[in-house]
Amino acid sequence: MDFFDLQPAEWQALILTLKVASVALAFALPIAILVAYLLARFRFPGHGIVNALVHLPLVLPPVVTGYVLLLAFGKKGPIGSFLDNTFGVSFAFNWTGAALAAGVMAFPLMVRPIRLSFEAVDPKLEDAAKSLGARRFTAFLTISLPLALPGILGGAILGFAKAMGEFGATITFVSNIPGETRTLALALYTATQTPSGDIAAFRLTLIAAFVAFAALIASELLARRLRNRIGGADA
Amino acid sequence: MLSVDISGKLGEMDLNASFESVGGVTSLFGQSGAGKTTLTNMIAGLIKPEKGRISVNGTVVFDSSNGVDLPVQKRRIGHVFQDARLFPHLSVKSNLTYARWAGRRVPSRDFGEVVELLGLQNLLERKPATLSGGERQRVAIGRALLSDPRLLIMDEPLANLDQARRNDILPYLDRLCVEAGLPILYVSHSIEEVARLSNTLVILSDGQTPAYGPVAEMLTRTDLGRATGRHEAGALIEGTIAGIDHEWGLCLVDIGSAVLQIPGKVGDIGDAVRLRIRARDVALALSPPKGLSIRNCFEATISSISEETGPYAEILCSVSGQTLRARITRASVADLGLSAGKRVSVLIKSVAIDRRQRAPALVSQAELTL
Repeated sequence: MDFFDLQPAEWQALILTLKVASVALAFALPIAILVAYLLARFRFPGHGIVNALVHLPLVLPPVVTGYVLLLAFGKKGPIGSFLDNTFGVSFAFNWTGAALAAGVMAFPLMVRPIRLSFEAVDPKLEDAAKSLGARRFTAFLTISLPLALPGILGGAILGFAKAMGEFGATITFVSNIPGETRTLALALYTATQTPSGDIAAFRLTLIAAFVAFAALIASELLARRLRNRIGGADA
Repeated sequence: MLSVDISGKLGEMDLNASFESVGGVTSLFGQSGAGKTTLTNMIAGLIKPEKGRISVNGTVVFDSSNGVDLPVQKRRIGHVFQDARLFPHLSVKSNLTYARWAGRRVPSRDFGEVVELLGLQNLLERKPATLSGGERQRVAIGRALLSDPRLLIMDEPLANLDQARRNDILPYLDRLCVEAGLPILYVSHSIEEVARLSNTLVILSDGQTPAYGPVAEMLTRTDLGRATGRHEAGALIEGTIAGIDHEWGLCLVDIGSAVLQIPGKVGDIGDAVRLRIRARDVALALSPPKGLSIRNCFEATISSISEETGPYAEILCSVSGQTLRARITRASVADLGLSAGKRVSVLIKSVAIDRRQRAPALVSQAELTL
């Protein structure tokens, strides 16, 4: 066996991990942008509570988050049974559940840098946009959103990395099923629990490191292009 | 064309503003902290007044008694902010066309004309961060003009610029005020800019509007000393260039019954000019003095004398229908026996009428009301 040829199980874990992390990001990022914008721009009753809720997965033990997800989104959970009956979407012991767990765990890591970058955009620029006839949402889309893109990119990278490596909440919520919920992190854990699994564990470690490295390089290139497009930060 | 009658809060202070202007350039003049920016933000719709009514060109944009409160984006009021507020991620061209592509406004002005008027031809592909302060303000003015506004608010567009940049941009403002053909609300704490650019002057002092009216009349009102600033008080005189003395570098300006000599070339023969003459640069004599360096000496009639409690007196003199303002000591009034109706000789040093205070005369008030 050539050392650099990936085995079917490794391919499976790698593809599943990328799928889970991408889906998690695709769903969590727009919500994170919205929540970050609301937290940055508006002072509303319950501002502090929303802020605390957003950050909860960051401070709770991942197992607790996973267990809460199991209670709420499991087959018998209130939200889980509702979604299953009305839309036929099931999270329990399913890769979609892994994506949900990854998205929830990644959420606070995305909101924070995005919120900071919205706070750095002068809200008076939106006033100027409105004085030129732009509606509130258009002003957001054309002014605040593009100016906050570097922060959004940073949040997306952090979130993607967190989603790729998520372990505790995932294994608690959707268990460790090969081909369904066994992502790279879970496969690595499984290998370490197997006698003579050292080489397999080492290979998975290399794969994880390679993917992370490639993602960082890509994001750095993207960030550089963004900075050039925005020009000086000076208004 | 612009009618404002509103009240609201300005921090701890009450804001009560009430004025009307017929069009052309209306200046909102007051010291820092008088509430100028708050008032313009209320007119623009960025701050909600407690109660009152605002109408622009016949459209009511705010009326608390009828619950009318148009949002900013529907008021069609172009706003040039003190800090320009260009969108830093967009090119100058995209900034200028923002109202069209994001605000779905159809500009009534031609893009090329506005670019030409403000001298922006070479800046279109640049990013705001690479522009000088004066260039940014010109782009901000162009951007507001291209949003199809009913009214253009300019909130101290020159306040953040040094004198050299101001001198760069003032000629553009002169042209704009004459050529834009839309009412302009010009906010300033510089009596110089106000005298140069405006038709109507609204005085804002501690959140109140004690007086408003045609600018020449307002500048000769001696009861507004505190609001207009004592040292800068002066009058506006309009005239036409009657001749140019190339040998001595002087311009001869006909103001009706007298010809003033002012230094430098202001324009060509026949051009209308507006001169601001500060009250403290005007001296009075009972008869034309001899052997004097002062070149401007002409007859005028005293129309009023207002003595204050301090050492000064403000004297208004009438010269062929125009009013001059002189600030002299009360002691001189007594020594010369000055009183209303008396003929006196007015003396003005040519060099006191400095270059910055000249501008082409604007459309007169009479024409605007038609």
